[in-house]
Amino acid sequence: MRPVKPLSLAALFLAALSATSPVGAQRTDAQSSDFADARRFPYQNGEQLYHAICQGCHMPDGKGATGAGSYPALATNPNLEAGTYPVHLVVNGQKAMPSFAYLSDEQVAAVVNYVRTHFGNGYKDTVTSEDVKGMRH
Amino acid sequence: MVATNSIPPRSRMTRRELLAMIGTAAGSSVMYQAATSLGYAAESEFKGPPNLSGAPKGTSVLILGAGWAGLVAAYELGKAGYKVQVLEYREKAGGRAWTLRGGDTYTELGGFTQKVGFDKGHYLNPGPWRVPYHHRGVMHYYHELGVKLEPFFQVNYNAYVHSKTAFGGKPQRYRHVLADFNGHVAELLSKLGHKGGLDGYVSKEDQEKLLEALQDWGALDDDYAYKANVETSNRRGFEKDPGGGLSGEPVFSKPIEFSQLLRSGLWRAIGTGSGYEFQTALFQPEGGMDAGPLALAEKVKDKITFNAKVTEINQDSGGVTVTYVDGKAGGAVKTAKADWCLCTIPASILSQIKKNVSADMDAAINALPYEAAFKVGLQFKRRFWEQDEEIYGGITYTDLPISLIAYPNTHYGSKGKGVLLGAYPWGPFAYEFAAMAPEERVKKCVEFGAQIHPQYRQEFDTGVAVAWHRVPWTLGCFGAWTEAKRAEHYKNMCQIDGRILLAGEHVSYLPAWQEGAVQSSLDAITRLHQRVTAK
Repeated sequence: MRPVKPLSLAALFLAALSATSPVGAQRTDAQSSDFADARRFPYQNGEQLYHAICQGCHMPDGKGATGAGSYPALATNPNLEAGTYPVHLVVNGQKAMPSFAYLSDEQVAAVVNYVRTHFGNGYKDTVTSEDVKGMRH
Repeated sequence: MVATNSIPPRSRMTRRELLAMIGTAAGSSVMYQAATSLGYAAESEFKGPPNLSGAPKGTSVLILGAGWAGLVAAYELGKAGYKVQVLEYREKAGGRAWTLRGGDTYTELGGFTQKVGFDKGHYLNPGPWRVPYHHRGVMHYYHELGVKLEPFFQVNYNAYVHSKTAFGGKPQRYRHVLADFNGHVAELLSKLGHKGGLDGYVSKEDQEKLLEALQDWGALDDDYAYKANVETSNRRGFEKDPGGGLSGEPVFSKPIEFSQLLRSGLWRAIGTGSGYEFQTALFQPEGGMDAGPLALAEKVKDKITFNAKVTEINQDSGGVTVTYVDGKAGGAVKTAKADWCLCTIPASILSQIKKNVSADMDAAINALPYEAAFKVGLQFKRRFWEQDEEIYGGITYTDLPISLIAYPNTHYGSKGKGVLLGAYPWGPFAYEFAAMAPEERVKKCVEFGAQIHPQYRQEFDTGVAVAWHRVPWTLGCFGAWTEAKRAEHYKNMCQIDGRILLAGEHVSYLPAWQEGAVQSSLDAITRLHQRVTAK
């Protein structure tokens, strides 16, 4: 595993805002959650975490959505190139997006790695729990 | 910061946190508590409608958003002589004070569309659903506009508290849990007192009074014991109720054993209704929560432009220009201008809109995350909760992902169908429901609820599910202030920034409550009027 490329957070922040977020037609969503715990998300697997948390806003296909405001698309999103950027967003939140700092370092790494290797994203490097630890403040 | 896999316990609980925890019986609302932790005013400070006399002729105010905050401002400023225009993203007024009825169609983000199949007269309030008597701003407008109110029951002694891990998953009546917990605690304290265990803590003289109080409070017998008899049955109910004639002899009920009760965790629910925001009397508008804002909207209807999506807010020394997309005019880009702008757009949306405000206000808008919450309305073919279980209104609490089941506080005893609030979780469970397709959410809620009311399986008819992070015009339920964020940003959120100022629940110490929106609006227009008339 090689470390992820650091990138200016400010630059990424602006790039994320301009990400296109098409309005989807009715989509099917076969994934059902497990409702394992009222107080925390116990899932360790990146795909499970995505299905339990992220897709509520970023949608099952990762394409985001737009109403009065938008949820950025994660699908084929060049802003995910630097793995620390999505780690920062998950850990610290941004604007309306809540912080998920209560996820473990391993969970954050797992879900970020899942997003960076799915939905048309093909980033070969992975983020580690050490990378996540470094983003916490 | 140490990485943890659970939400850290908070050192100090607020009233609403405590109640939220109590209310969900097993803490599914932990994130909600964390999010809404601070800044609750002791009570609404409402002292009557604002005095806005002496408004300069022709001064104009552009209001963004036709929820409670925007409508109160439009109504009061209009009455005072200001020239008012309202832009609203949706096709109707009310904002989060929203009611879904049969025949309504709701399309959430992602394009998931639900057609509401409720019978006439039935509804779901996806957002606010209860109004404490001391929310004086909301109550004032209800009274002024003639909105009819019904009692809202927070506590129903005959509803249930339920845990999937207690009593074999069998729901317990609230009055049993309440009476037995109090009774056993009273008995225990009495025993301690009689053995000298309170010496040094309470004076001898006070101990006598305390024992008397415990006996009275806990329904203890002459020997300070809590056990099956007429006194305890008068608290927890009888095994067979007293009646008349030869068949009328009552049978006393037997208390739940103390250890079993303690281990059940169901005592978490006994404080429901004791928090200030949930104390009797609470109200609901007849027919749905949108009644309040719709009555206000009727007063200012010629001032509201619907289907207007704001894309830019620009101010200069001469005034404010707002650019919007007019959905009714085929997406034409238009502008509206005024001397001042009161913006009630949620920070979740406003943070994405181009605007020239100060760095401080911008930082405040950008600092506020929006909380997850989920509700489902379930229509059943008959009101089995009344007919089979004698539950008339009020709330059952559970540690299942649905968190609660709330029964309709109206139309008791009607023969037809009925609609329950079938779920209202916050935190992780709300996120998980949001991540599902609406029909899947409804299906899950029916499965969970059937563990409490097996009648669900036979009687379920139709449902509608609202996950607030997928609501296109809010992107979340409410602004989740923390102590640190409030200290750093709240005042900057409230300031008049050039010619722009903000209002809404997110600009109040009453987050998520309608009263927060009303109070912030009244505060904002009062300060705006002072600024205008001072010039």
